[in-house]
Amino acid sequence: MKYWRTPLDIDKLKIPRGELHIIKERCKGCGFCVEYCPKDVLELSDEFNSKGYHPPVAARPENCVNCDLCEMLCPDFAIYCTRVEDEKEVAR
Amino acid sequence: MSAKQVKDTAQEIKEHPMEGLLRMDRMPHIWCSTCGLGTTVTALATAINQLGLDTNKMAVVSGIGCTGRVAGYLKLDSFHTTHGRALPFALGLHISRPDMKVIVFSGDGDLISIGGNHFIHTARRNVDITVICVNNFIYAMTGGQVAPTTPVTAKSSTTPYGCYEHPFNLPRLAASSGATYVARWTALHIRRMTNSFKEAIAKPGFSFVEVIAPCSTLYARLNRLGTGLDLMKFYHDNSVIKHGIEPKDADIDFQSKIVVGKFIDIEKPTYIECLNDANKHVFGDKYKPYGGSDGSY
Ligand SMILES: Cc1ncc(C[n+]2csc(CCOP(=O)(O)OP(=O)(O)O)c2C)c(N)n1
Ligand code: SF4
Ligand code: SF4
Repeated sequence: MKYWRTPLDIDKLKIPRGELHIIKERCKGCGFCVEYCPKDVLELSDEFNSKGYHPPVAARPENCVNCDLCEMLCPDFAIYCTRVEDEKEVAR
Repeated sequence: MSAKQVKDTAQEIKEHPMEGLLRMDRMPHIWCSTCGLGTTVTALATAINQLGLDTNKMAVVSGIGCTGRVAGYLKLDSFHTTHGRALPFALGLHISRPDMKVIVFSGDGDLISIGGNHFIHTARRNVDITVICVNNFIYAMTGGQVAPTTPVTAKSSTTPYGCYEHPFNLPRLAASSGATYVARWTALHIRRMTNSFKEAIAKPGFSFVEVIAPCSTLYARLNRLGTGLDLMKFYHDNSVIKHGIEPKDADIDFQSKIVVGKFIDIEKPTYIECLNDANKHVFGDKYKPYGGSDGSY
C-alpha cells in the first residue's frame, strides 16, 4: 500500500488478517462479495451447489484484512470472516 | 476439478455470527438471488448486536410483501400482520408495552400505499417506534405492479409503457408528517445504514429509515436493468451523500442520482410524553405517569 505520508507510529501498526468461512450450500451466487471485496480476495467458483449456484471461493485468502464487508453485504448469510492473530507488519 | 476450486481454504463452518438473531430453521429465505433484502436484514441484525440491547425486549413487526417476510426471519418477538397494518399493530404493542423497542420493517407498498394513512398519523403523533422501509419501487411479491414510489417512466406490470404518476418522496413524507429522525441509504451503504439503524432505534420518537434496495426479479427485469448486482453498481456510481438537506430536494427520478444521508434529527416530545404532560396538567399530583423509564406501566 502507498501512503501519501508515512504514519508516525508505523512500527506499531499491524494489518489485520482474516480467515474466511463460506457456507456454500446457502449461497445464491449473487456475486456481491466478489464485486465489493476491497482486497479482491474472492472469485465465483466453477463449482455448483445443490441449488445450482456458483458459490464464491477465496482465491487470494492471504490478502484478506478481516474488514467484514463480504459478511455484511451477503444477502444469504453465507459468508463470514474471523480475525486471525498473525498480523502482518505494515510495509514501509 | 478446476483451479479455482482447489484453492478454497475456507472451512465449511455452519455458524454465522448473525445466527443468534435469525431463525435459522426457516432458512433458506424466500428472497431471490441478488435481492437486496437479505443485506438490509444483516444491517439491522448488526445494529442490534452492536447496540447490545436486550433482545427479549425487542419486537419486529412487518406487513405483507417480500419485505414483509423479514419479521418471520428475525429471532425477536416477531409479528407478521395483514397488509398495511404493521403500524397500527406496532402502535398497540408500544402503548401496552412501552418498555419494549418496537421496529417496523416493511415495504413501500405496504407502509405507504395501503398503510399510508397509518404512516402519516403514527409520524404525526411522534410514536416512539422505528420504521425501516425497503423501497424497491414496485409491488414485488404480487408480480411487479406500480407502487406509490415507482419513478415516472419506470415500467411495472400495470404500467407497461412507463409510470406516469407523481411518486412519493418518502423522506419528505415522513418529515412533513412529523418524524424526528429521517434517513435514506441504499442497500450498498451497509455501514452507514447500520449506523442509521442504531441511531433510529436509540432515538425517542418516530424514526424513519428508507432503504433503496434492488428487486432483481421484477423491478430490474421489467425495466431491463440487469440483475440486483447491476443495481448495486448503479447505486455505487449514482448515490450522492447530502446530510441535512431539505427532504424536498431528495426526489428520485428513474435511474438518475439518488440523494442519500441523514436528513432530519430533531427533538420533540413523544406520544407517551405528550399523554403524560397533558394528564399531569389536568390531574396534577394525582396522576401517575405512564410508561416511565423505570418500567412503570
Ligand atoms: C388487503 C390486501 N390487499 C392486497 C394484498 C396483495 N398484496 C400482497 S403484497 C402486496 C404489495 C407489497 O408491496 P411492497 O410492500 O412494496 O413489498 P415488496 O414485495 O415490494 O417487498 C400486495 C398488494 C394483500 N395481501 N392484502
Ligand atoms: S473480509 Fe473484507 S478483505 Fe476479507 S474477503 Fe471479506 S471483503 Fe475481502
Ligand atoms: S421479487 Fe424482488 S423483492 Fe421479492 S424477493 Fe425477489 S428480488 Fe426480492
